[in-house]
Amino acid sequence: MSIYGLLFDQTMCIGCGACEQACQAEHDQEPHKVTRLDDNSYNWVQDLGDDVYSRHFCMSCEDPTCVSVCPVAAFTKTELGPVIWDESKCMGCRYCMLACPFEIPKFEWYSVNPRIEKCDMCIHRLSERLPTACASICPTGATTFGLREDLLREAHRRLDEDPERYTGRIYGEYEAGGTAVLMLLSRDPAASGLPANVPQESLPYLTWNILEKLPQVIPVWGVFLGGMYWLTDRKNAVADIEGYKREHDDD
Amino acid sequence: MTKFTIPRITFWRCVTVLLAVLVAGIVVRRFSFGLGSISNLHDGMPWGLWIGFDLLCGVALAAGGFTITAIVFVFHLEKYKVLVRPTILTAFLGYLIVIGALLVDLGRPWNIWHPMIFWNPHSVMFEVGWCVMLYTTVLFLEFLPFVLERFGIHRPLRLWHRYLTPVLVLAGVLLSTMHQSSLGTLYVIAPQKLHALWSTQALPILFFVSAIPLGLAMVSVESYLSLRAFGKRLHPEILRDVGKATAVMLLFYLTIRIEDIIVRGEFGNIFAFDAASWFFLGEFVIGGLVPMFLLFRRDIRENPLALMGTQALVVLGMIFNRMNVAVTAFQLGTGADYIPSWMEFVLSIGMVAIGMILFSYCVRNLPVFEEGPVEDPRPADPIAEMTR
Repeated sequence: MSIYGLLFDQTMCIGCGACEQACQAEHDQEPHKVTRLDDNSYNWVQDLGDDVYSRHFCMSCEDPTCVSVCPVAAFTKTELGPVIWDESKCMGCRYCMLACPFEIPKFEWYSVNPRIEKCDMCIHRLSERLPTACASICPTGATTFGLREDLLREAHRRLDEDPERYTGRIYGEYEAGGTAVLMLLSRDPAASGLPANVPQESLPYLTWNILEKLPQVIPVWGVFLGGMYWLTDRKNAVADIEGYKREHDDD
Repeated sequence: MTKFTIPRITFWRCVTVLLAVLVAGIVVRRFSFGLGSISNLHDGMPWGLWIGFDLLCGVALAAGGFTITAIVFVFHLEKYKVLVRPTILTAFLGYLIVIGALLVDLGRPWNIWHPMIFWNPHSVMFEVGWCVMLYTTVLFLEFLPFVLERFGIHRPLRLWHRYLTPVLVLAGVLLSTMHQSSLGTLYVIAPQKLHALWSTQALPILFFVSAIPLGLAMVSVESYLSLRAFGKRLHPEILRDVGKATAVMLLFYLTIRIEDIIVRGEFGNIFAFDAASWFFLGEFVIGGLVPMFLLFRRDIRENPLALMGTQALVVLGMIFNRMNVAVTAFQLGTGADYIPSWMEFVLSIGMVAIGMILFSYCVRNLPVFEEGPVEDPRPADPIAEMTR
């Protein structure tokens, strides 16, 4: 499987914001300063102070929660890696926003025909075998583009080479069952403004565990209820007959 | 020639008109400027008061529909039959309100039917959507005989009651089982976003089991409201037994609830006496243990006023529970900042008001109660009537 991904190395980021601008240009948005992810900002370089920065954008999970929770299958995990949203299907229930462990999907709160907005990992560029806008513009190589397996190997190499530099693990290797985006952090996820309590396994199984049991539970419950219907009705019939007998015993 | 009469101006009529104007204004605003213009929802708090109250509580409060029909038609406890029709009406109207609230809450409500053609069986919301559609249909079919009877169409009714009713009741119980529980399952996918006292894999079981005492309590409260509004005779001997059943089912639910917390090792959180612990104690003790102990007492059950008060406490406790899952636990888990806007409150109150107006209209025009349509609303003295 050739899933593409991105590797972000926090120690190499200088916070120039070029990737923000490239992202906005690529998605035909008005150039603007980003202070958080919202319906008009898919990519945010957060200033953590002391010349340390973190990037926020869709992690493109291997087993995405949004794909699993969407009642109308509006989200798709593409073969190339990006997770994309289909405007024609969405009914605006916002379950994806509630469920996403990285809080990535954003909603157009002031639109009459609101869209779910999020980073699409430049799917249109990927399909032409071009790297994402953010990776191709990055002047320091803090964000690199490639096959996920290659990036993971590279991340482990950097981690082994200079363990002191990083927090000791790769954010995204196991988060939510693994993501196409990998992050080498010099500060803890919480200190980097990233969700720190993301479960280390894929989330869709949590609800699938329950849903898959319905075809077993419902027939049993139905048979039980049907049985009780028949059984208790018979009790009434017996009561009728006994009532009849009692009346006649009095004669 | 019809004579036009100006309706009497009363306090409640003024309130109703004011509410109707406000709700209409809010809906117009929502469909002109978007959800953000009427609600305090934001990206960090995608679901708020409407999902918590209108949807979770609305469906839970309709639970009397499947509970009472199951007791009467599946378990053949015929003495509860007088409760069936008002309960079916409540459940049907409850589901219509849920759909009404969804049409406002969904971002693109014109796509509400999409789960019918775009399938995703892995999604809990997909199951919820199908349950809403199918169970509303079942409730409509259970409600239809009221209308047929009203217009004197009796022949199909005999066959209807004989063959269709058992099927509808069975389908209704199965769909309710799935629907009540699936509303809890919705939150299972985000365990890290809920506070530990509410975040559990057992949510579907808890939501289903708690719906049963809630349904029973709701039936009792509704009987009391019908007495106040339409002078309906209470059936103290029946409601007494309903109270008993509520107590047992409540004990059943509270046992599962506390066991789940113990098994997950979160028992200490109950006595942390922080915000979460107070919200939990409010729901569990005041809305659960207290009414349960009261309902186990014979003197409470035999005093209709005390019985109704206790059952109302059960209803409030369950509303508290659903709101805790949807709003409090989510806020405590994620740190999201949210207080519903006044427009969110007005819309929710408006939905309840619409339900009550429809209920009252149906009661006056359809054979909902055993005596047929209600002629003269309002008894002379409801309290005297109750303690008669």
